[in-house]
Amino acid sequence: MTTTPLRPATAAGAVGTAHPRVEGLEKVTGAARYAAEFPLPGLAHGWLVVSRVARGRIRSVETGPVLAMPGVLAVLHHGNAPRLRTDYERQFGAHDQTAAVFQHDRVPHAGWPVALVVAETPEQAREAAESLTVTYEEEPHDIALTADRPEARTVDDYLPGVTEKGDLEAELAASAAVVDAEYTTPEEHHAMMEPHAATARWEDGRLDLLDSNQGTTWVQSELAGLFALDPADIRVRSEHIGGGFGSKGLRAHQVAAAMAARVLDRPVRVVLTRRQMFSLTGHRSPTVQRVRLGADAGGRLRALEHRTLNHTSTVHEFLELASIPGRVLYDADAHRTASELVPLDVPSPTWMRAPGEAPGSFALESALDELAEKLGIDPIELRLRNDPERGPVSGLPFAGRNLAACFREGARRFGWAGRDPRPGVRREGRWLLGTGTAAASFGAGAGPSTASLTAEPDGTFTVRIAAADIGTGARTALTLVAADALEVTPDRVRVRIGDSAFGPAMIAGGSTGTRSWSWAVMAAARELRERLAAAPDIPADGLTVRADTTEALGTLSQKERHSFGAQFAEVAVDPATGEVRVRRMLGIFAAGRIVNPLTARSQLVGGMTWGLSMALHEEAVRDPAFGGLYGGDLAGYHIASHADVPAIEADWVDDPDPEDPVGIKGIGEIGIVGAAAAVANAVWHATGVRHRHLPIRPDRVIAAGAVDA
Amino acid sequence: MREFGYRRADDVTGAVALLDADPGARYLGGGTNLVDLMKTGVERPARLVDIRRLPLDGIELTDDGGLRIGATVTNSDLAAHPEVRRRCPALSQAVLAGASGQLRNMATVGGNLLQRTRCGYFADVTKPCNKREPGSGCPAIEGEHRNHAILGASEHCVAVHPSDMAVALSAFDAVVSYQTADGPGELPLADLYLPVSDTPHRETALPRGALITAVTLPAAPVAARSRYRKVRERASYAFAIGSVAAALEVHDGVVRDVRLAFGAVASRPWRAHAAERALVGSPADAEHFAAAADAELAAARPLPDNAYKVTLMRNLVVAVLTDLAQEAAR
Repeated sequence: MTTTPLRPATAAGAVGTAHPRVEGLEKVTGAARYAAEFPLPGLAHGWLVVSRVARGRIRSVETGPVLAMPGVLAVLHHGNAPRLRTDYERQFGAHDQTAAVFQHDRVPHAGWPVALVVAETPEQAREAAESLTVTYEEEPHDIALTADRPEARTVDDYLPGVTEKGDLEAELAASAAVVDAEYTTPEEHHAMMEPHAATARWEDGRLDLLDSNQGTTWVQSELAGLFALDPADIRVRSEHIGGGFGSKGLRAHQVAAAMAARVLDRPVRVVLTRRQMFSLTGHRSPTVQRVRLGADAGGRLRALEHRTLNHTSTVHEFLELASIPGRVLYDADAHRTASELVPLDVPSPTWMRAPGEAPGSFALESALDELAEKLGIDPIELRLRNDPERGPVSGLPFAGRNLAACFREGARRFGWAGRDPRPGVRREGRWLLGTGTAAASFGAGAGPSTASLTAEPDGTFTVRIAAADIGTGARTALTLVAADALEVTPDRVRVRIGDSAFGPAMIAGGSTGTRSWSWAVMAAARELRERLAAAPDIPADGLTVRADTTEALGTLSQKERHSFGAQFAEVAVDPATGEVRVRRMLGIFAAGRIVNPLTARSQLVGGMTWGLSMALHEEAVRDPAFGGLYGGDLAGYHIASHADVPAIEADWVDDPDPEDPVGIKGIGEIGIVGAAAAVANAVWHATGVRHRHLPIRPDRVIAAGAVDA
Repeated sequence: MREFGYRRADDVTGAVALLDADPGARYLGGGTNLVDLMKTGVERPARLVDIRRLPLDGIELTDDGGLRIGATVTNSDLAAHPEVRRRCPALSQAVLAGASGQLRNMATVGGNLLQRTRCGYFADVTKPCNKREPGSGCPAIEGEHRNHAILGASEHCVAVHPSDMAVALSAFDAVVSYQTADGPGELPLADLYLPVSDTPHRETALPRGALITAVTLPAAPVAARSRYRKVRERASYAFAIGSVAAALEVHDGVVRDVRLAFGAVASRPWRAHAAERALVGSPADAEHFAAAADAELAAARPLPDNAYKVTLMRNLVVAVLTDLAQEAAR
């Protein structure tokens, strides 16, 4: 028995002070093991074979010659693979057969998994997989996303697909200035550093999975559904993750590995190649968007319409809710937002880097800039004049809306005052210079989570929570939150994450992770402190309490809860060569309580870098003739290189919400929102030409030219 | 990736003999392109003959003031060499504009010349490609060709050569030395790459089994005032969508000597002879630079999505030559 002294409540808090990653040393020394790195006796290796055709049926899989190759153990395909259930209820999102591999002979898109070759070594598996002959009955495919698809339809997701009020045509007709424009964004991919990888083994009917994912209990629940198991009979671990960005949920490789491990009764690992990732791990759909804005001469919005269309696959209905920024940012007498989808012969899209807001804010915030130009009103002033007091669609009050403070602080630091609004008049050698701005918002939600907290006899504390640190610094943030809640220094707190055995918890997604998990950790700490106050003696095996936030979440008052931000960019454009260089970016955010300024700044700068990359570089080109990607690898799919990324500054304003028990809003996604629009608006300011189609490539800039100022 | 044999060559004669004896063998330099292509199945050599240890890694001044560059000199060493920077800055700039630091540390001069196109259809074995599989077709013409050729292409292939270095070498009349089992040989760089015609799979005029041993840049005083400018879809680590190697000598406002080569417009580095001819003796001003570019680009046959390259190359020529003329005037 020992007694643990708690620090007095007056001690300085860890939250809000810069703290390096708690697992940083492990990561930089290589001691941290990622999903594909665990040595296991008897491990076999699976290699996926994917479809060359974009639509059709599998006629035959010629397994004979491949089974005779050295080291080959099995070839799984639709003719021999274990059957899966696909009608189970999902934790997130609509009915989805994307990961239900080898269940039928239908090929829904190029790059669809048609077989898994398992062998003793990865090299043998790969060679055999590349030798496997699969024949198809090919059917004509359709991958063209255009604004006029008659079969486009909306669906309700976690939010409604359509919201509307007022008479749009009447308000547009009565407006002093109107913007009506089409914007497009291309297919984009997550392109995280660590490829998807999973190792599966079965023992006594229980499945054990070493994985790289954004939620161990989420993947556990999906696998339980597919394999008709009790979730308690599945353990999923994912401690270190080299990036996720929305892509690391349940995918073909985990399912294929689990199937093969069961069939062979030995551990099986499946690692995706970069090329496979471009068809098997989701992407952001291209969008076609139309924005109509109408305002009176003073800039007050009378009409706002934002319509968006995305593609989805024929095996999953995924709606890219790109019309949602206007539901939060701006009110108007007539207000309509509508997102629609059209199923095509393409891989399933998924959540990616601020789903909805990232592409949607490009269109809406570009249109606001166009409206400011038409009205002769400063773009920041126009936004401030339309800063609503209540949710434009919900009518609910905001739980903190500090967008105006972000713009004021941002304008001051960026040097916005005195900006010459005329486009195409600043020249420096071969470069035309311009500046642009845009608003940002992202929802601040939370999901039910459980955590356990143990007071150890040695005076330390252990948090166990099925959180996922996908590179964000979440584990470090939770360490600081727990330390403050326990009123001890962070070095006395150990946080264990990434294990479904720790109980249900929210995924690392939707910018909700740290907010959701912190809530559970704080609740557990409160309970533990009460227990220790009543009986300070700690048993030899420690004193453990558990917390579950499900009920507490329900008591939160109904409000509009969002992070906000103001984005600024300065660009240089050479109209002769089409080169666009971003010279500096500044983002000022209102995102609740910032737990760890060190990793928070890193996340925000990372998000803004995504935005730069989205504005200028990222584009997956789908080949009309073949239906697959042209150059589907990191040589063909350009993300911003270091040389493209200038000094990027991110900071925040105070954004307290006394009503909120955690006060954390989440910063995973707000950094990208509006960033592409700020760059595009700056390109207009530099050249006098609007670029409504991303990315702003050299060929597009050359074709568009510049106004002769 | 298929299994393959590996031999390290000790001397040039031995390397050439190994290749001569084995039709499935290929030379391995830095491997920065060949190994990638082996992973994707585009290249399937039965054996690699590693030439990295051959004594071909020196850069020497020739008797007449030119530069003889060994075939296994790394791209990094080439770009950093003081004589290269002094005598032909465009060559150093071109090399530094390519790839990444890590790749340049591995990549060799010989390998750089012989690297394969980055056309996405060539790189994808599930697609037709006349260069990879003669007679299978060229999907780029109807498909994705934003970064394909506008000059010297054919209905059989519109791929571009990816090298920056070769563009600079081409502007200054480099000569390629090689060795075969029958003895040494030489080829002007201008003749190294074959016309596309209906045989895009035949890329060079090197005899079978030839090992490039050196590249020689003849002395050219004009090269000391040379420049390489590359435009690409991001600021670094991307292949050119258009590039220019240029040198200019101006006296009394009149062009005395000029060298001009284009990159990313053809299946080989494109020496702009027509533009050079148009410029010599003409005033060194933007108007005449543009006219010279037009003279060269009159032969351009762009496809629907790469017509921008004609404008880009014209603008680049004017911009680079104007810069050089202003520098000369200072």
